[in-house]
Amino acid sequence: MFATIKRLYHQFGSPRYFYDMTGKMLPWLIAGAVLLIIPGIVWGLAFAPPDYLQGNSYRIMYIHVPAASLAMGAYVMMAVAGVVVLVWRMKMAEMVARSIAPIGASFAFLCLITGAIWGKPTWGTWWVWDARLTSMLILLFLYIGVMALNMAIENAQSAARATAVLSIVGAVNIPIIKYSVEWWNTLHQPASISMTSSSMATEMLIPLLLCIFGFYFLFAVLLIMATRCEILQREQRSNWVRQLVENN
Amino acid sequence: MNPKRKQRLVIVLGALAAVALATGLMMYAMEENINLFYTPSQVVAGEAPLEKRIRVGGLVVVGSLQRGDGLSVTFDITDNAQTMRVRYSGILPDLFREGQGIIANGRLVEQNLVEAEEVLAKHDENYMPPEVKHAIEQAGHPKKTE
Repeated sequence: MFATIKRLYHQFGSPRYFYDMTGKMLPWLIAGAVLLIIPGIVWGLAFAPPDYLQGNSYRIMYIHVPAASLAMGAYVMMAVAGVVVLVWRMKMAEMVARSIAPIGASFAFLCLITGAIWGKPTWGTWWVWDARLTSMLILLFLYIGVMALNMAIENAQSAARATAVLSIVGAVNIPIIKYSVEWWNTLHQPASISMTSSSMATEMLIPLLLCIFGFYFLFAVLLIMATRCEILQREQRSNWVRQLVENN
Repeated sequence: MNPKRKQRLVIVLGALAAVALATGLMMYAMEENINLFYTPSQVVAGEAPLEKRIRVGGLVVVGSLQRGDGLSVTFDITDNAQTMRVRYSGILPDLFREGQGIIANGRLVEQNLVEAEEVLAKHDENYMPPEVKHAIEQAGHPKKTE
């Protein structure tokens, strides 16, 4: 098991191997995303029953919850890539970390917007400065900060090391977002689903799970596409990239 | 692992632990300010400042809603330990129900009375179709709140 992980780590650490392998994986991941998101969304928006209290407005969660989950998951991945950059100096991790930031920022933004749209009819306000909403806004700012820092430093390697520090420090925010609804009084309700239990009716939960898994596939697709672009740019002087460009 | 990398790993993890500790202490110190609202128990115990703008949150006590002239209403909120009164004039949110959680934003005029300028409905983590809710009520179970 450990030996396999180690082998994969070294193989995917090579930009060329990463580029070839992800090229083969991409169609499958796209198929997975389409086959999960489309049924999930259609089921959730059209066929799941309305909520006893909120009626139909709860349906925005089929976008809101997956976006929130991914915004946080992507950040953790970026921070882990940051550790790999700082400790093992792996070039591939630099490229992955750089590609994650704009994708994660988009999901964080989507989460905040859909939350505000839901908040108006449900709570009676677009926004409150409670712990959950504020920490999520900080996550968006962290992503933007990482993107800005990446752009501000010319040298790709120095940029990667500087942003790695920022992403690792910012990772402290992730458990705060997750547990904010339990640690403090907030307007935002606690989580409805966890690894082991759910306080949501099954016919509402299944489409939500489809959407969440589908969004993870979508994230993988977006990340791989962005990283492949990054590889071509960073490795443009290497022989294999030149050959690849000439052959196409 | 080669010693150089090991050293870097220790530095990174050490820095992360230090930042986490600093943040944790900061949040502990600011706990009062991070909480969005006071509970009725805290207000009745005198933890909330009088004549200042505060937020209070709790469940609307069933049967306590009284409508006055125009849009003015009064109702009681509870955290199942203490109860306090909220006076409000304005439009209540759609989700406002007796038994439902709310947050009132306003001035604490007496030790257990808030003059609210804004009332927000708090939603809980339970989602279910109307039939299920109906079936639960038929069976005589109170709605699960936690």
